[in-house]
Amino acid sequence: MTTNNNIHIHEPIIQVSKRDDMIWYKSWIVRAIAIILAMIVCGIVTVLLTGLDPISVYVSMFEGNFGTERRLWAMLKELALLLCVSLAVTPAFKMKFWNIGAEGQTLAGALACSACMILLSNIVPSYLLIPIMLVASVAAGLIWAIVPAYFKAKFNTNETLFTLMMNYIAMQLVSFCIVFWENPKNSNTVGVINPDSMLGWLPSIGGQKYAMCVIVVALLTVIMYIYLRYSKQGYEISVVGESQNTARYVGINVKKVIIRTMAISGALCGLAGFLIVSGVDHSITTASAGGMGFTAIMVSWLAKFNPVVMVLTSFLIVFLECGAGQIATAFDLNQSVADILTGIILFAIIGSEFFINYKIKFHKKNKEA
Amino acid sequence: MKKLLALILSLAMVLSFAACGGEKVQDETAAVDDGFKIGFVFLHDENSTYDANFINAAKAATEAMGLTEDQVMFKKNIPESAECYDAAADLADAGCDIVFADSFGHEDFMIQAAKEYPDVVFCHATGTKAHTEGLDNFYNAFASIYEGRFLAGIAAGLKLNDMIEKGDITAEQAKMGYVGAYPYAEVKSGLTSFFLGARYVCPEVTMDVKYTNSWFDIAAEKETANALIADGCVLISQHADSEGAPKACEEAGVPNVAYNLDTRDWGPNTALISSKINWQPYFEHIIDAVQNDKEITQDFCGGLEEGVVETLGLNDAVAAPGTVEKLEEIKAKLISGEIKVFDTATFTAKNFKSDNVTLDAEGHVIGYKADVDSDEAFTGDTEAIADGYFHESEYRSAPYFDIDIDGITTK
Repeated sequence: MTTNNNIHIHEPIIQVSKRDDMIWYKSWIVRAIAIILAMIVCGIVTVLLTGLDPISVYVSMFEGNFGTERRLWAMLKELALLLCVSLAVTPAFKMKFWNIGAEGQTLAGALACSACMILLSNIVPSYLLIPIMLVASVAAGLIWAIVPAYFKAKFNTNETLFTLMMNYIAMQLVSFCIVFWENPKNSNTVGVINPDSMLGWLPSIGGQKYAMCVIVVALLTVIMYIYLRYSKQGYEISVVGESQNTARYVGINVKKVIIRTMAISGALCGLAGFLIVSGVDHSITTASAGGMGFTAIMVSWLAKFNPVVMVLTSFLIVFLECGAGQIATAFDLNQSVADILTGIILFAIIGSEFFINYKIKFHKKNKEA
Repeated sequence: MKKLLALILSLAMVLSFAACGGEKVQDETAAVDDGFKIGFVFLHDENSTYDANFINAAKAATEAMGLTEDQVMFKKNIPESAECYDAAADLADAGCDIVFADSFGHEDFMIQAAKEYPDVVFCHATGTKAHTEGLDNFYNAFASIYEGRFLAGIAAGLKLNDMIEKGDITAEQAKMGYVGAYPYAEVKSGLTSFFLGARYVCPEVTMDVKYTNSWFDIAAEKETANALIADGCVLISQHADSEGAPKACEEAGVPNVAYNLDTRDWGPNTALISSKINWQPYFEHIIDAVQNDKEITQDFCGGLEEGVVETLGLNDAVAAPGTVEKLEEIKAKLISGEIKVFDTATFTAKNFKSDNVTLDAEGHVIGYKADVDSDEAFTGDTEAIADGYFHESEYRSAPYFDIDIDGITTK
């Protein structure tokens, strides 16, 4: 902007500028204020729409997550699955590779897993079944990710479109397989696989069916944190993400990093698919991934690709989901009311990131103007 | 340092929540014994005509049985996955004596929960496994809805006769269209009985069927109805759960026969009649049985006589004159057994390819092995033809009629 003292310069009333890093406790204060504001708005909306006491609505939201031991485990299970997919997409996103195909990669893993469960249960010994399922799922997720990565690295194709379209292929493939596996015939549902023999089901630990999933994902979180933070490969991912030219200049093989990182992403999505089928649903539908592949992107970004913070952000999403369901049940409301409240809270939290990253300056209007 | 703090904070949060959780468990178990409770699991919410039918019946039944709001719990939008198991088990934890689920795909997850809670009664509509699973606390329910569809078909046939008489269409143009969800026995049984009802009064009628491959897809149902209308269908019916087809019919001015819901609001000038399963008597039956220690029917199948199957929403502005009287007459004959919906003399199946079927020289079905017991083999295990008619919903409540009969074309 050129300044000239003789001419009056129009100054905007509100000026937005990028802020240097905010001190961490300040940014947490901003987030806390956002949540409190969101709760107040939600309270007002609740009273206006339903006439219910907002406090009791919040209490039931809380109960939906922690009300009973079962709900706690159900919440932890949802948390583990969402976190697993979020961890999976993180390396790719950190590399600025827009992988929006996690849904399809997860579904491909789930499909491979259920295929093994259905086709191999009576053929291979039971101790071998779960390892085979695991390998197949991971391989399927990996293939689903590595195809777009290869084309990106070789021909610089648009990975956003490519990975997105791979989702639909996975979905149609599941529909196709359901035709062969449906039980009963023409019902278009596979039903629970091996309901009596429980072959291929992840074992429960201490009577908790979902404990295994939670443990696996907890370990994965730690590993991913170390990998991204302290390993050479993790550093390469950051460099490629910041600037491919810099990466090339310092001698990083960018193509190799892209393919390797997407392979990791896809493999972990495949693992998530394995957990969904073997650990939770014991069945497959086109909705097995349940939109997690997309929610995971939000989880990962909100946490700024930090696996530990992702525990918090995915908890937030799952808390709102489980809470919303409980509100609908407890007050016999339409699910939409609960969804509106969830929306308000998410809006405030995502919005608060704006105030953390940008400074807003208000100018007083010049009275002489 | 910052990361470490975040980690500690999150751990502290989870642990403190877990501690709260522990206390809550005790609270709820203490509250369990102060009365009867029933919990419902629904696939969608009121926006689906299928679920709305269950939800309204559940509200009416629990009110009629004098239950308070605290004694009734609804879980809506529960998908056909482990979430159904979680929801059913959560209801059992909350002290429900009965847990009911309304969607076919819920069945396996309900069975899983039933095995875990032997003291809780699990009831499942449209399922097929109660009679083979051997559990003391798992029950199926359905209805002889084919009788209701047959009656709706009568109203449709009379309407077609009326249109032919008025010169709107010729007898050759009397073609109906049917929007189906999946080529599944429940749907096939429904569309065949509807067609047979129409042909009972209008012998020239034919029918085209198109499947959407989804139980609930407003856009696809609307599109499919429009495609059928464009193909020359002059009356549309459907077995899918949204308002898609009724609204398409209202826009095109084509009479529509609906399912589960009075659709006169969506189509004041085209909605003809609906048939539906009224679940209220069933809900009252299970509540009464559990409260008073009576036996629950393991595989419940209600019909016209019990008021479980009914027709509703007959639209005077659309229906042909004399429809009300004719429906009364046919209904009485169905109840008395004078008319059998799947009377083998009334249809042929020359083009039906199946190892399970035996045809006579004219193409009438004289033997059919139906797949009544759900097992992995999908083999016909029960002879369904006897005394000159197909015994639908008698060996198991969920429909198993899946013969492609002549006169109906699948597109």
